Amino acid sequence: MAKRTDIKSVLIIGAGPIVIGQACEFDYSGAQACKALKEEGYRVILVNSNPATIMTDPNTADAVYIEPINWQTVERIIAKEKPDAVLPTMGGQTALNCALDLADHGVLDKYNVELIGAKRDAIRMAEDRELFKQAMSEIGLESPRSGVAKSYEHAVEIQAELGFPAIVRPSFTLGGSGGGIAYNVEEFEAIVKRGLELSPTHEVLIDESVLGWKEFEMEVVRDTADNCIIICAIENLDPMGVHTGDSITVAPAQTLTDKEYQRLRDASIAVLRKIGVDTGGSNVQFGINPADGRVVVIEMNPRVSRSSALASKATGFPIAKIAAKLAVGYTLDELKNDITGGLTPASFEPTIDYVVTKIPRFAFEKFPRADARLTTQMKSVGEVMAIGRSFTESLQKALRGLEIGKTGLNPTGLDLTTTEGLATLKRELREPRPDRVFHLADAFRAGLSLEDVHELSRVDPWFLAAFEDIVLTENEVSEQGLTALDEPRMRELKRMGFADARLAELVGTDEAALRHVRHTLGVRPVYKRVDSCAAEFATTTAYMYSTYEEECEADPSDREKIIVLGGGPNRIGQGIEFDYCCVHAALALREDGFETIMVNCNPETVSTDYDTSDRLYFEPLTLEDVLEIVALEKPKGVIVQYGGQTPLKLARALEAAGVPIIGTSPDSIDLAEDRERFQQMIEKLGLRQPPNRTARNADEALALAREIGYPLVVRPSYVLGGRAMEVVYDDADLSRYIREAVQVSNDSPVLLDRFLDHAVEVDVDIIADTDGKVLIGGIMEHIEEAGVHSGDSSCSLPPYSLSAEVQDEMRRQVTVMARELKVIGLMNTQFAIQGDTVYILEVNPRASRTVPFVSKATGMPLAKIAARAMAGMTLAEQGTTREVIPSYYSVKEAIFPFLKFQNVDPILGPEMRSTGEVMGVGRSFGAAFARGHDAAGIVTPQQGKVFVSVRDADKDHLLPVAKDVVSRGFSLVATAGTAAYLTSHGVTCERVNKVLEGRPHIVDMIKNGDIVYIVNTTEGKQAIADSFSIRREALQRRVTYSTTVAGARALVHSLDFHGSEDVHSLQELHKELSP
Amino acid sequence: MPIPALLALEDGSVFHGHAVGATGETTGEVVFNTAMTGYQEILTDPSYSRQLVTLTYPHIGNTGCNAEDVESETVQAAGLIVRDVPRRASNWRSSESLPDYLKRHGIVAIAGIDTRRLTRILRDKGALAGCILAGEQVDAEAALAKARAFPGLNGMDLAKVVTTARTYAWNEGVYNLDKTTFSQPARRFKVVAYDFGVKRNILRLLAEQGCDITVVPAQTPATEVLAMKPDGVFLSNGPGDPAACDYAIAATKTFLEAKIPLFGICLGHQIMGLALGAKTLKMKFGHHGANHPVKDLDDGRVLITSQNHGFAVDPATLPANVRVTHNSLFDGSLQGFALTDRPAFCFQGHPEASPGPHDIGYLFDRFAQLMQEAR
Repeated sequence: MAKRTDIKSVLIIGAGPIVIGQACEFDYSGAQACKALKEEGYRVILVNSNPATIMTDPNTADAVYIEPINWQTVERIIAKEKPDAVLPTMGGQTALNCALDLADHGVLDKYNVELIGAKRDAIRMAEDRELFKQAMSEIGLESPRSGVAKSYEHAVEIQAELGFPAIVRPSFTLGGSGGGIAYNVEEFEAIVKRGLELSPTHEVLIDESVLGWKEFEMEVVRDTADNCIIICAIENLDPMGVHTGDSITVAPAQTLTDKEYQRLRDASIAVLRKIGVDTGGSNVQFGINPADGRVVVIEMNPRVSRSSALASKATGFPIAKIAAKLAVGYTLDELKNDITGGLTPASFEPTIDYVVTKIPRFAFEKFPRADARLTTQMKSVGEVMAIGRSFTESLQKALRGLEIGKTGLNPTGLDLTTTEGLATLKRELREPRPDRVFHLADAFRAGLSLEDVHELSRVDPWFLAAFEDIVLTENEVSEQGLTALDEPRMRELKRMGFADARLAELVGTDEAALRHVRHTLGVRPVYKRVDSCAAEFATTTAYMYSTYEEECEADPSDREKIIVLGGGPNRIGQGIEFDYCCVHAALALREDGFETIMVNCNPETVSTDYDTSDRLYFEPLTLEDVLEIVALEKPKGVIVQYGGQTPLKLARALEAAGVPIIGTSPDSIDLAEDRERFQQMIEKLGLRQPPNRTARNADEALALAREIGYPLVVRPSYVLGGRAMEVVYDDADLSRYIREAVQVSNDSPVLLDRFLDHAVEVDVDIIADTDGKVLIGGIMEHIEEAGVHSGDSSCSLPPYSLSAEVQDEMRRQVTVMARELKVIGLMNTQFAIQGDTVYILEVNPRASRTVPFVSKATGMPLAKIAARAMAGMTLAEQGTTREVIPSYYSVKEAIFPFLKFQNVDPILGPEMRSTGEVMGVGRSFGAAFARGHDAAGIVTPQQGKVFVSVRDADKDHLLPVAKDVVSRGFSLVATAGTAAYLTSHGVTCERVNKVLEGRPHIVDMIKNGDIVYIVNTTEGKQAIADSFSIRREALQRRVTYSTTVAGARALVHSLDFHGSEDVHSLQELHKELSP
Repeated sequence: MPIPALLALEDGSVFHGHAVGATGETTGEVVFNTAMTGYQEILTDPSYSRQLVTLTYPHIGNTGCNAEDVESETVQAAGLIVRDVPRRASNWRSSESLPDYLKRHGIVAIAGIDTRRLTRILRDKGALAGCILAGEQVDAEAALAKARAFPGLNGMDLAKVVTTARTYAWNEGVYNLDKTTFSQPARRFKVVAYDFGVKRNILRLLAEQGCDITVVPAQTPATEVLAMKPDGVFLSNGPGDPAACDYAIAATKTFLEAKIPLFGICLGHQIMGLALGAKTLKMKFGHHGANHPVKDLDDGRVLITSQNHGFAVDPATLPANVRVTHNSLFDGSLQGFALTDRPAFCFQGHPEASPGPHDIGYLFDRFAQLMQEAR
């Protein structure tokens, strides 16, 4: 068989915004698929609402639609572009659901479009729990005993048969949203009712508990000729009961004999054949009873997934790329294995000669009220992967790559000598939270036996032995001290994966001193290649990892090279946007003839695709690991300003070690981050900041607060994403903040800023070059007022309400600051505009998360231009000196994970909590805003009652919005204060009780479905707490709400525009921009 | 403290590690296998006779050892070379750790070396003679001398060394993981299996086809076999140079003339080739792994197979009545052929897997079908 010639154009559906359970692994897959199909000469049409992706770059596909991923919008794209086929297996659950909708609504038939990769029936069978279970039983595979309930009553009947604990999973939700483990009737009722509500089909699956069993995943690829290959077997370190996305996973599988492995292999292939996945990658999950090896099938995904991205990075076999080619008719033997330079075909099973460990990264610090116990619902926001020649090495490399302040298996700090401490430890082992690995190590420190630890944690003894080995070795190292570290001992420790920093802690010295000792002993890492074949064939691909062995295969060239330091694991505040920038830097400099070298440890990303850069080091981004690579490669320059805080944190130390950092100097970066130095610069330049102070202890904070006056924005210094940032209104509030939220000290001062009420916030991205010339990349006007974290605000490019004078003033200010800071590369500035006064909130002389959005909106590839500027090419030389101001509007909308976290207040504030973003484009601001809302999946309020309740300071601003709402035929409901205000200003409204005022109250109305839209603003800890249930209920019931008046104004204004405009491809839009 | 060990290769390379099996010395041809599972099956596969097996996956011994996952009565490999044996095995069927198992069988094994460096040497230079020394006093020069003194496998007839001393019957089927027993299938064909170093899973899969099997020593004359009036004859896998097995080649010629259904695997495949007048050649480093793609030329499908051979049949020398049925997609080498005028076929890789994928197990059905048709 060969490539199909009956199809000429293919529509690829992307995964949309980054959410928990669906992250940038789908950008990696989708970008690969687009590239693969373009390479084959197909016209590729892409729809994805997420602008912060490589796949939505205008040269990735022939027509890129940054439009909402729903069947209605996609139908319009199909009607316009007339693709021959739709490939729905690259965009996660979002794309599959959209494909099903397109099929169910007759769109595919109407336009005669073929689904390739997976057919409708296959998607259904894999996704519908009941059909899947039935199919498995037909091929003789066991599933956990289970039942599907469409009602709570039915669920109770099923549970009676299966007993407790019961696993509850809603059908058709992402990352197991709304699922959970019920140990008793009360929990069961809560989880089932929530699940029924969250499932788009209003059904939940109730499973027999296989908690504590071993969990395995098989990554399978199948072609049209029914050839099936296993790319990778992955073993979860965490037992069944922890969602695989939240599990620490290890490749290859470690504890299966060949007979057991082959049984899983046969079963996985049988599953694909039964489900009818025509072509492409799929993932099959199994549970195995450790006592007798009994196997049950848990689920399968008929598409590429987070695990397939991991498997691709773990083996060097590019699953998505191959899957895309199989979807258009190729068979596996017709395709080459790139990584061996085409020496071998793609029709083989990768074999690896190293151990891969993936550890998820969580963001519970952002959601203090969320339950951090790990369950069947995924809660992590990112992951790190590490490669080593032993499990301990890969585990310890992964731990230091997580960037959670750990250098290895550090103690948790629990007092293990007390009964209380031990009791806590045991509970943590039984009911794991994100820090469970550290508790496993503590268990051995506490002297628990391996059997006891296994009994408590259900982690396989094979893994536990490695934890025990690490702890025992650490004890020896501490006892023997620095002088015992001779060459053989040092080598042995490094082979186990101990970081210099960890060893330094253990022997009581600092990292630099320890490293000096190691270098003196001549103990240096070597680099091995990932080649998919365990060295059986030579590889031409420089995909490498460090280890302590005899032979180094790095073979560095003597070309001019630039190292790009990546962003590490995704987290809230540092996500795909930074990876996007790193990839652009690598691509641009590669085009310019540099050898580009990427260092990163995030397996989900495009940056860690081995063909993005000339060379890829899959390594943790710690000082130790980066210095070793620099020592080997001797680059001309290292780029630290693209990977977010991760490389920035290293900048000073790298510079001190003589590493050639290109672009803005670390000192300038530091100046902008250092409040006091920054303030001096602002004063020198005659610019204006909100009054602000830096406090180094609690008393000083209170004194300084009174000096500048409340309300205040408070935050610790050196953070990204507004971590622990709050608005405080009085002394009591501030004292509480200092007590609870931060540890204030000389080394980590707290920053106090006067909060500017009702100010408009603005982001400006610029690029400056070595000549001091400045290119304005874009001016983005936020929709929400200042006080909401810029990452959580929606914004518009160009601004929709700012005067030309104010915009010019901001242009002037960023230019003088860029020159003063001697910026070379990107700089992001945040302004607050109060009246006509321009205040500078902060300046970041580095890539910011707005870069991809601005690039998509203006057609200017900012990250590429800036990378070239850093490498010495001026803006004039690049021909990019003119600011592009589009005639259309682009709106960025933030996406939040609140539904995943019970008890978390969805109110917007200064702490960033969004995980992703979407973009909407329109001919007017309203149209773009409406499109952005559709892309975010926000329900457009239909006729009915609108509930308004706002803080006093907002009442005057609310009035025009309220009038607007009424004029559109809605009726108003308000709490006493707001109702009195509105009535006195001639707006009719119904009064309703606050929750504390007795029933029936507003939450009752929401529950009864009486409210279609909510505007609720509030301030102060108590008032926020009092109104929490309103917002939470709204979220749960999918009632649209605004927590700022400005947001409400924009939303109400946009109601005129829904569904009214055409769909535009990025290529068409950018064509309008050419001079 | 671990006991020191070292590995020396005839090219002068020396690797220092520690002992994870018996102490002492062993020499042989150093080969690598890239399978990530199945070390116990590999160690007990008679085809590894006189070979020092390097396993490329760095942790070996994770699932311990058990009584069922063996391919012959004892460990057959001359030595084992690995990166690491974890301290603790974990598997519900494990009854003994790998080091204990190796010691019990007197197998010298080395761990702690850069096995990837070794593999790259073997890939570039081909299989090399080597020597492992394990003990408190190990001398690199002595090991090098022993490695260089190893005569190599070319021309070496090992089939008659590893074959069974006497004829025996075999009726046990495959292992069932759910029932933790071997099956006892019904018997419908009488099959004589030549043991050139046969793997038990071949016999088990033959039994699954209803074969009532008589296993005979390698040098059993064809007349004796024909006197048993079998429905089919099977030529097993085995170690060493096929060209040295003149007795087996002669017997196979007789079976071909008698038009008796004939099935050969690995060495059996090479012997069938030689019996047809084709030539065999020594490969650079052979095929040793469980991930090798083979194309079935009849239907174009790709099968992932287990492979373990250092010699191959040169397809250019095959006679006209041979139809090539399978080719390797790694290097295009001959993997299987059938006769157009006789009920005989053979396969170079290992359809019995163990370890490895089951994709090409259908060859056992094919043999049963040939015997059925011949009735």
